[in-house]
Amino acid sequence: MISLLLLVPLAGMLISIFLPARLSKYWAAAVSAATALLSVQLLRTGATAERMPWIPSLGVDYHVAADGISLLMLVLTTVMTLLAILASFESVKDRVKEFYALLLLLESAMLGVFVAQDFVLFFVFFEFSLVPMYFLIGLWGGERRLYAAIKFFLYTLSGSVFLLLGIIVLYLKSGARTFDAATLLAASLDPVTAQWVFWAFFLAFAIKVPMFPLHTWLPDAHTEAPTAGSVILAGVMLKMGTYGFLRFSLPLLPQAGHAREIVTVLGVLSIIAILYGALVSLMQKDWKRLVAYSSVSHLGFCTLGLFSLNASGISGSVLQQVNHGISTGLLFLIVGIVYERRHTRVIADFGGLAHAMPNMSVIFAIAMLSSAGLPLLNGFVGEFAILNGAYQANALWAYWSVPGVVLGAAYLLWLYQRTMLGPAQEVNARLQDLTVREWLTVLPLVAWAISIGVYPKPYFDLIAPGVKAALEALHRS
Amino acid sequence: MGNFYTSTDHFALMPALVLALFGCAGLFFRRISGVAMLLAGELFTGIALWRQLQAGTINAFNGGLVIDGLGLFFNFLFVAAAAITGLISYRYLDIEDEHHPEFYGLLMLAQCGMFFLATGTDLVTLFTGLELMSVTFYVLVGFLRESRRSNEAALKYLLLGAFSSGILAYGLSLFYGLTGTTKLAPMAQALAAIDVTHPAVLLALITTAAGLFFKISAAPFHMWAPDVYEGAPTPVTAYLSVASKAAAFALLLRLFLGPLAPLRDSWQPVVTVVAILSLTIGNLAAVTQSNIKRLLAYSSISHAGYILLGIAAGNETGLRGALLYTLVYTLMNLGAFLVLVAMRRQNLPGETLEDFSGLMRRSPVYAVLMLLFLLSLAGIPPTAGFVAKAYLFLALVEAHQYVLAVIGTVYVAVSLYYYFRIVRAMFAGDAKPEAPLAISWGIGVSTVFTALATLGLGLWPEPLFQWVKGVTR
Repeated sequence: MISLLLLVPLAGMLISIFLPARLSKYWAAAVSAATALLSVQLLRTGATAERMPWIPSLGVDYHVAADGISLLMLVLTTVMTLLAILASFESVKDRVKEFYALLLLLESAMLGVFVAQDFVLFFVFFEFSLVPMYFLIGLWGGERRLYAAIKFFLYTLSGSVFLLLGIIVLYLKSGARTFDAATLLAASLDPVTAQWVFWAFFLAFAIKVPMFPLHTWLPDAHTEAPTAGSVILAGVMLKMGTYGFLRFSLPLLPQAGHAREIVTVLGVLSIIAILYGALVSLMQKDWKRLVAYSSVSHLGFCTLGLFSLNASGISGSVLQQVNHGISTGLLFLIVGIVYERRHTRVIADFGGLAHAMPNMSVIFAIAMLSSAGLPLLNGFVGEFAILNGAYQANALWAYWSVPGVVLGAAYLLWLYQRTMLGPAQEVNARLQDLTVREWLTVLPLVAWAISIGVYPKPYFDLIAPGVKAALEALHRS
Repeated sequence: MGNFYTSTDHFALMPALVLALFGCAGLFFRRISGVAMLLAGELFTGIALWRQLQAGTINAFNGGLVIDGLGLFFNFLFVAAAAITGLISYRYLDIEDEHHPEFYGLLMLAQCGMFFLATGTDLVTLFTGLELMSVTFYVLVGFLRESRRSNEAALKYLLLGAFSSGILAYGLSLFYGLTGTTKLAPMAQALAAIDVTHPAVLLALITTAAGLFFKISAAPFHMWAPDVYEGAPTPVTAYLSVASKAAAFALLLRLFLGPLAPLRDSWQPVVTVVAILSLTIGNLAAVTQSNIKRLLAYSSISHAGYILLGIAAGNETGLRGALLYTLVYTLMNLGAFLVLVAMRRQNLPGETLEDFSGLMRRSPVYAVLMLLFLLSLAGIPPTAGFVAKAYLFLALVEAHQYVLAVIGTVYVAVSLYYYFRIVRAMFAGDAKPEAPLAISWGIGVSTVFTALATLGLGLWPEPLFQWVKGVTR
């Protein structure tokens, strides 16, 4: 079943090559919708692990499995891909076939990251996902697309090669002739090795998240990417980093020497990311760049929750990863919708959009409030759990990150005020409101945001076993 | 002294005989019949090698020749490289208006020399093989008589090649003087007993190593490579960059792991330094190149560095990694050159970055295939290049050579940058209205083969691992 989920987009991509270009978008939408249904079905029924030898002489297996956390990530991936495809119907006019083929290929790779239980398999998916994204940014992006694309590729690749080295060290030092992640992470290591491997992994995942100060690729990539690319980057690909932290970095901590100091450093880096990201967002003149920097701040919360190393923080972090996908995905979709009409992203060019586009302004308000963490919307639940966890871990962490919440509200509300409210300029007065297709792209996310905000319990229940396993790994000695 | 020429000797020599015969016969055929001759020759060589593979290790000519897993591994590689080079050449030579019978014959004669490099166990046999290969290549590099670049490249290659052969011969003769034998096995025994710090031993070692590094175009003996690669006819460049390099590696392995193994403490640091230099110079110089052949020349220097890393690791995994890398490099580099050959059209050299501009719009299939080869050269999964690099890193970590492993991984990112300059030109550049690619059925067949191998060995490398394991056992 999991393999089927990986194969559907891949097969869809291969078939799409032979379809006429005018059908590409419908085909891609159909394939990704089928994938999304499949992933929801998996979420309902649960997934069985699949395992078979791949490279027996090295102990590499094709081993995929999914617990609650993985399932949630799978659904996030398939939904985001579907919406990204729907959002591109009008905006992508050049090389249409290639565009949708790459999106489907990317979907397959991203899904693989969240289900791989073998380190080599994980690495293959983790690294290969860069290739389609490079092209999505580089071919369909904004003005500085090629610079942003290669910066993204080189930056993340430089991190992931160290992940490969870390995996190899782990493989050889553990003495287990297998690349099975669970086996390798459970093997006993000397503290020095564990620490080196930890930092190698850290580099790869921290760049992917991205954590301060390794975040400099993100504003360029997110801003220059086409709407679909931004939605997927923010919605899914950043989570590959936090997911990697949760699955592969945390289990190494107990064995690494100076674990306490390491965690303190990472917690402080997360807080810096929260505050720094928010402050920089406050200063942005470009709408999309503002949303991009807000990701740095929000992912800071996610990593802070993870490194709280307690149930509340970790489960809050996992939920917040989904929340960030929903709210930032929505924000990027809205930027895309407005950009299609006005072909500018400079905040000063807007104002009073609420008059011309009342429906859009309501959706934007929901997205903004969800991102800012208003109660009864999804962002609040995640941030609350994270701050609760951070407080348990270190009260100072909570004190220092709360201003991030306030700043988050500030830059988002200010953005809303500058773009939506006030008198409408001449050029903005006659913009068309949301079309049916655009309603279709935003409504699922709005509904999801509200449902998590109102009743988050099923999500916490879903996450709980995975979090429990992570905590058990942390507390074994 | 045994018999002069037994049936075992004959059996061992069979592939070389076939190559020499067909090579000489090939000198009289033009164009398609020349290619047919070459393919027939490669087929029979392949059959002979296959029979030898089943027969197990054969010692022939009183220890002058050995047919073992290592030799056969390299010879199969040469067969693939020569056959592909032949297949891609006829169209290219038509366009260059240089269609002479010698071409295919020369390809096979060079391969005949390579056979001895991979299987010889006597210094004289090895050196003869080396010279047969080198002299043939001097001719092949200058095959475009009308082209000044080609002539210049040939002369440069001849002068530097002869010089390096001389240095190598000097080193080898010193070893002969020190040990009193030209056969590798007794030489190994003699060298094991000798004082390894003796100046004469070191001098012999250094001159031998320098000659070998020249042949594999490792830095700092790489100066000839960019000019020769750029000037030579593109199919010859392809052949030179894979087969000649692999053959020189075979010689290097025969010597370093055979008689020179007792001197490991002396040569291992040298190999390490040369590997690091090759990676550094190759990768950094490639960044600024705008001629694709020069770019691939520098990249091939860096790949020589990677293969040397496997030898520098000094364990069995490293040796396997080096073999694996050589084979994978042969396939993916040939693939990249195939596309380059197809780019050569009437009145259009098709060698610069600009010529690749907008290839995706003009010829999407070849653009995507080139992307595959470049991804593999850079070492991005799921290609064969990734498997080979990962295996080398595994060997380095196993040998506790962490610094080398880190250097090797860092240069993956650097190499990606310059490979992606080509990708960027192909996919993001503006298409110019130009003649379609010069694609013959030979190029088509070869591209499909190399592409399938590059992707297939990346997705399912187990058979290759098993083969390499068998070779090094």
